[in-house]
Amino acid sequence: MPQNVYLLAVILLPFAGSLIAALLPANARNAEAWLAAAVALGCLGLLVFLYPGAGAAPVRYQLDWLPQAGLSFTLRVDGFAWAFACLITAIGALVVLYARYYMSPSDPVPRFFSFLQGFMGAMLGIVLSGNLIQLVFFWELTSLFSFLLIGYWHHNAAAREGARVALTVTGTGGLCLFAGVILLGHIVGSYDLDAVLAAGAEVRGHALYVPTLILILLGALTKSAQFPFHFWLPRAMTAPTPVSAYLHSATMVKAGVFLLVRLWPVLGGTNEWLWIVGTAGLATFIVGAYLAVFQNDLKGLLAYSTISHLGLITLLIGLDRPLALVAAIFHVFNHATFKASLFMAAGIIDHETGTRDLRRLSGLRKFMPKTAALAIVAAASMAGVPLLNGFLSKEMFFAETIETHDGSLLDDALPYIVTLASMLTVAYSLRFIREVFFGPPPTDLPRTPHEPPRWMRFPVELLVLTCLVVGIVPSLTIGPFLQLAVHSVLGSATPYYSLAIWHGFNWPLLMSVIALVGGVVLYLLLRKPLQHGLRSSLFAGRFKTQRLFDLVLVTVSWRWARSIERVFGTRRLQPQLLLLVSVALVAAALPALLHGLSLAPVALDGIDPALALVWAVGIACALGGTALAKFHRLAALILIGGSGLTTCLTFVWFSAPDLALTQIGVEIVTTVLLLLGLRWLPKQLEAGVVTANMSVLKRVQRLRDLAVATAAGAGVGLLAYAVMTRAAPDSLSRFFLQHAYSDGGGTNVVNVILVDFRGFDTLGEITVLAVVALTVFALLRRFRPAADSIDIPEQQRLQDEHDDAAADRSKGDTIADYLEVPAMIMQLLFPFIFIAAMYLLLRGHDQPGGGFVAGIAMAAALILQYMAGGARWIEARLRIHPLRWIGIGLLLALFTGAAALPLARPFLTSAFAYADIPWIGKVPLASAALFDLGVFSLVVGATALMLLALAHQSIRGHRRPAPGRASTPETN
Amino acid sequence: MELIVSLAIAVLTGSGVWLLLRPRTFQVIIGLALLSYAVNLFIFSTGRLKIGAAAILEKGQIGAPQAFADPVPQALVLTAIVISFATTALFLVVLLASRGLTGNDHVDGRDPE
Repeated sequence: MPQNVYLLAVILLPFAGSLIAALLPANARNAEAWLAAAVALGCLGLLVFLYPGAGAAPVRYQLDWLPQAGLSFTLRVDGFAWAFACLITAIGALVVLYARYYMSPSDPVPRFFSFLQGFMGAMLGIVLSGNLIQLVFFWELTSLFSFLLIGYWHHNAAAREGARVALTVTGTGGLCLFAGVILLGHIVGSYDLDAVLAAGAEVRGHALYVPTLILILLGALTKSAQFPFHFWLPRAMTAPTPVSAYLHSATMVKAGVFLLVRLWPVLGGTNEWLWIVGTAGLATFIVGAYLAVFQNDLKGLLAYSTISHLGLITLLIGLDRPLALVAAIFHVFNHATFKASLFMAAGIIDHETGTRDLRRLSGLRKFMPKTAALAIVAAASMAGVPLLNGFLSKEMFFAETIETHDGSLLDDALPYIVTLASMLTVAYSLRFIREVFFGPPPTDLPRTPHEPPRWMRFPVELLVLTCLVVGIVPSLTIGPFLQLAVHSVLGSATPYYSLAIWHGFNWPLLMSVIALVGGVVLYLLLRKPLQHGLRSSLFAGRFKTQRLFDLVLVTVSWRWARSIERVFGTRRLQPQLLLLVSVALVAAALPALLHGLSLAPVALDGIDPALALVWAVGIACALGGTALAKFHRLAALILIGGSGLTTCLTFVWFSAPDLALTQIGVEIVTTVLLLLGLRWLPKQLEAGVVTANMSVLKRVQRLRDLAVATAAGAGVGLLAYAVMTRAAPDSLSRFFLQHAYSDGGGTNVVNVILVDFRGFDTLGEITVLAVVALTVFALLRRFRPAADSIDIPEQQRLQDEHDDAAADRSKGDTIADYLEVPAMIMQLLFPFIFIAAMYLLLRGHDQPGGGFVAGIAMAAALILQYMAGGARWIEARLRIHPLRWIGIGLLLALFTGAAALPLARPFLTSAFAYADIPWIGKVPLASAALFDLGVFSLVVGATALMLLALAHQSIRGHRRPAPGRASTPETN
Repeated sequence: MELIVSLAIAVLTGSGVWLLLRPRTFQVIIGLALLSYAVNLFIFSTGRLKIGAAAILEKGQIGAPQAFADPVPQALVLTAIVISFATTALFLVVLLASRGLTGNDHVDGRDPE
């Protein structure tokens, strides 16, 4: 298989594993661990195949997604990414093994291993991304997964809090990074990593360089817990220890450092870089080491030590020299090995003794000698003791700080500062070892300590062995890999460096000796006070930024949000609608006011008196309906029906028969629908008294509304007039008119547009119709009418009373008598309307008609039967299944469209021919006609479903609301 | 002609907007119906008003835009008519449900104090 397939598999495996892990049973600890370990080792194995030779071009896998926007799914592995990916998967495998023994049987492990693998996948995504946007995506994914992992024990409030803070800080940083990357892509003109890496000089010379740099650094520094964003990391220690061991040694926090190294060739080499990155790193290095000394929690100490070491790495990157970069990369790997093993050791101690408090732990050397030996070696590596890997990178670090960078005062003081800070490193490492493993045997521990299970210790052993081997024979072990990683970042600028343990007596060695001796002395001085609860006075325990963070969070997400909602929000509909209309009005009026709206002179001589008369009626109907809508709903309904008919006539008048047909059909069903709804609305009886005792405020509001309505009406009218009196531009109508017959096979251009040229729009539209019908149906299934609407309407009650009173009559006779003739006609009409509907449907492609109007006509025919016979009568004779009509219609339309796909044509491509059917004659047989049949079926179903669901409410038994709300009924 | 149609559009829009701002749900639904007439007429009118223009092609004919009623606004309005029916139905049922739940036909579900 080609290499790029392996590359894709490396990314996909963890996510697939994550999915499977989530589906395993809750107590499958072994299966989960096997799966996760297999995934991690599988990725590692694939990475072996991907080993890039020194100087080889990066292996790439590219899948275009939105190439126009420069977005593609690109994977890319060079030496640096390869080394990082190996680190992620190798430590991942060890963490999985460790977690198998660490997690208790009562923990829901599927969630844990699923998140862990997802996190590993996201982390691999960051290092293997060849596209910057994609990198940011995976970056945010690590933030999300770390949130889930840190908050794994979500019954614990501190865990939830820690997870929330971590997500807020790193997520915000991620957004800054996103903005920075977009700027970077804007400068370079591409988001492709290779293109960006090649454009370093262009980026550094660009005017947007500084904002870009700051935004990207905000992302990287928050992720790597650099001062002053470091406070999320100690809080994240509430996570299960395997998570801490993974996130805070090899992965999460290293993502920031990874990005800094990755983009150093592009963004580095400037004073801004030196000052921002260098200062942040130096400050973090010192603050972290200082605070670590004062921690009493084992994991807290390791957390601050992690911050400090990340500061060291960041400082090295900030020093902006190739050799410093070599040291930084080297220390990334060294820190990962010794810190992962230390976290695991801390977890073992916690697991076996039940506490992590340094003041309670003591003398564990006798109880767990092997773990003690391992932890001592790892801590010595952290302190920078010779013959261990930590010593090597620290030597390189010291050597780099001695070099002159910009000759400032801080630069000159740097060697002294870092030596002092290294003393602190030695002091806390020593404290860790001395307090936990030496001294008198512990008293009152929650559990009796003993060695952990064999395989729980194995990952620690392996890591500590690595520390030793790398520390003793560096050039034989890590050497080639380091060279590979460094070369892929620095290319031809790779400096000469030596990995030897002994460089003779020189300044770095002296600094190491001073740090070691000073650290021991410092610890001896602080030991007693620390035992008795000495706390850091300088930063008062926790650093202030955390409190600032909380304050900002509360202010923004609570206080401001509330006041904004109070000022700008309303739950009342009328102000919202008023605002909406006013904004539309202003937006439409502004261009007209600014640029003028040249109107043609009004020509009164061309007015057709007939049309004027029609609209005189139409306008009167509209105004009357408006006036009566509150107190005389039925009259208002009839009147706006008049306006609708006028509209319909206007369509006929101006050569649009299709519109007129559809409009009149819809007019009928809308009126029926609203009539059915009237029954459930409350009576409004206060006509006449309204205007008399209206408050002043109400009057003002009504005047304001009147003004807005008038302005809106006048504006739209003027606009319409201005449009109509201008000459028509050459629009796309020309295309449709020219191609309707030749390409669509129909002479009714409107219908051809609907079912053929723009068939996809129509498909969407009928889907909307189906969704609305189903929503109406669902809403009405649980319909509870108001108490005063439940009683039988007055008229029906009077009729029933009359029927009951007469001896020879039964209930419902009056209404039957009353409608006898119309009912007979309506029943007889059914076949005729049905035929008319079919006629409209079949001829729609060539003559006015089509699926919409045919469907509405058909639905009207059904409704007429309901009106004539009553729901019970009709349903005893004819079952209508509107849901089936809808389903069949939608499927028919979809399949007609999909039928084009096997023929390698786009969705909804149509074909047509004329078929000679006996008796009927030549019938256009386009595939579009089938589509139209689907439209027809759906419209019938949807219309019938809505109307029938509403009609059924009248014959349904309605339960009365609880007493107290209901008014006392007179009858019944 | 243009004058009459624009006058009609103006009145329909004005009445529709006025009703939209009223407090009773039924007024709003009637307002929406009037507004949809206005909007449909407006969209239709952007294709210019033509009396007696052909609406249907002859077989095999390649139509010239001047001789025909503009089909594009018509196609738009045709879908708009059906969709406005659907929204009217949906709104009607929502207002009925709201009336059932609150016992009130004010748009906010309760009368202002």
